[in-house]
Amino acid sequence: MHFSGLRVIREALTGHKGWKPLWRNPEPQPAYDYIIVGGGGHGLATAYYLAKTFGRARIAVLEKSWLGSGNIGRNTTIIRSNYLLPGNEPFYEFSMKLWEGLEQEFNFNAMVSQRGILNLCHTDAQRDAFRRRGNAMLLAGADAELLDREQVRAMAPFLNFDNARFPIKGGLLQRRAGTARHDGVAWGYARGADMRGVDLIQNCEVTGFRIDGGRISGVETTRGYIAAGTVGVAVAGSSSRVMAMAGMRLPIESHVLQAFVSEGLKPTIPGVITFGAGHFYVSQSDKGGLVFGGDIDGYNSYAQRGNLPVIEDVAEGGMALMPMIGRARLLRVWGGIMDMSMDGSPIIDRTPVEGLYLNAGWCYGGFKATPASGYAFAHLLATGRPHETASAYRLDRFTRGYVIDEKGVGAQPNLH
Amino acid sequence: MLIPHPLLGLRDAQEFTYLGDAVLLNRPDGMAEGAEAAFAEYVYLRDNPAGVHRELWFHEQGDRSWLVVTRDTTTHEILGAELARDVKLKGGAA
Ligand SMILES: Cc1cc2nc3c(=O)[nH]c(=O)nc-3n(C[C@H](O)[C@H](O)[C@H](O)COP(=O)(O)OP(=O)(O)OC[C@H]3O[C@@H](n4cnc5c(N)ncnc54)[C@H](O)[C@@H]3O)c2cc1C
Repeated sequence: MHFSGLRVIREALTGHKGWKPLWRNPEPQPAYDYIIVGGGGHGLATAYYLAKTFGRARIAVLEKSWLGSGNIGRNTTIIRSNYLLPGNEPFYEFSMKLWEGLEQEFNFNAMVSQRGILNLCHTDAQRDAFRRRGNAMLLAGADAELLDREQVRAMAPFLNFDNARFPIKGGLLQRRAGTARHDGVAWGYARGADMRGVDLIQNCEVTGFRIDGGRISGVETTRGYIAAGTVGVAVAGSSSRVMAMAGMRLPIESHVLQAFVSEGLKPTIPGVITFGAGHFYVSQSDKGGLVFGGDIDGYNSYAQRGNLPVIEDVAEGGMALMPMIGRARLLRVWGGIMDMSMDGSPIIDRTPVEGLYLNAGWCYGGFKATPASGYAFAHLLATGRPHETASAYRLDRFTRGYVIDEKGVGAQPNLH
Repeated sequence: MLIPHPLLGLRDAQEFTYLGDAVLLNRPDGMAEGAEAAFAEYVYLRDNPAGVHRELWFHEQGDRSWLVVTRDTTTHEILGAELARDVKLKGGAA
């Protein structure tokens, strides 16, 4: 089923009777060549590129709940490539370029909207750091502009420019950044993978790995044993739990991050605005709700809900930055569990078990990475070699001393 | 969350900062054989369990003591708290 404007018109005229489910609901086969564990954004994108770009077949995605029930459907949908370090920036810019062609690529409306991201700065030192980051972005082929206070005021006149503690001095703008419809991304990849023969198996939790002589031979699941020569794990906040079943300890702690949405309002926020100093960021969804968030709660958690102190902290940050937000009513607050890594950067690598591969450690920034993460993981599964933009995301970088620590805070996951 | 401080009674978790798994009390001997590998593990690797977790909290806005708090990471229920000093003197946080 191909989506197009013509198709929408035809369906409108014929009572919408021709729409079909976007994917099959197959029974698991006894064996596959490739098993992807986790039907979130990264797992689905991996299966998609594995089938489409790398031409592989006999692929299954095993998801313990329904597709997109994890962080892919819980995040605040920001996509951007405004990193500093050489291990990161080329990867995120590769992802940004994939976002730019994504909807044509998988023929699905993911509502990719390049409305820009503006990071605010409040001191000379911060401005210098932004200038350096902007230059690093330009070197990697991304776009970046340093704005002064008046340029920021022209974009967002409603901000409080004269906050006593954090007066706004300027900002770093990436115009090509923006937002995308998170569920749409999962559905688009799922549909594209299914169309190419990938079995998407829901309500199928992986409960163990079968390892013979240091080599993977399959996975135990709640729907029986399934054999596979290559298994890729992309389970986001559950990485430590799942890899423990293969006898591994990871450089990861699971933490909860909360997000917030207000009632629908008329268009007011021009793009994404981040107030890092005040632990607050905000954008406006196409439905009009203000979508915002702040820092993680800061303690190990698998609860998928946070506590009130962080809600208060985020509300304070919002009031300090844009006092008018106090008039908006909050509709919903929710939480998601993310794997916070020891340096704040992800892992896409093989493991000591031959045939078992790991995609993990995405912290609070893995949504923007979805296309490149899927592409790079598929590359690794198909060829056995890391993709050129993901070659720094090794599992052993911690012991070798090659950490990728954007914030420079050390092995303390709740500070990244 | 309220943390039952052994000396001060129930205190708001907001008064504390969080460090992580209490195995950090078991610092390896830097002079021992295989210290490099032991330190890499100590600094970077964690069990990260879903369920009961023993973890270090610092009473920064209070009496500045370190506590070992036992907490369920799936519910946030706090099951107990001891002075980290006592735990260490008893032989660490296994
Ligand atoms: C509140 C919040 C806001 C965020 N905002 C942003 C943002 O603005 N921009 C950004 O870039 N990132 C953001 N993130 C981060 C981003 O959402 C995640 O890094 C990313 O979605 C993780 O990858 P995923 O989509 O594959 O994860 P998930 O969707 O969580 O997929 C993992 C899947 O694995 C499944 N699974 C787990 N265990 C098993 C098992 N044993 N067997 C089978 N399946 C299993 C889970 O059910 C889940 O569906 C945010 C996260 C949160 C929580």
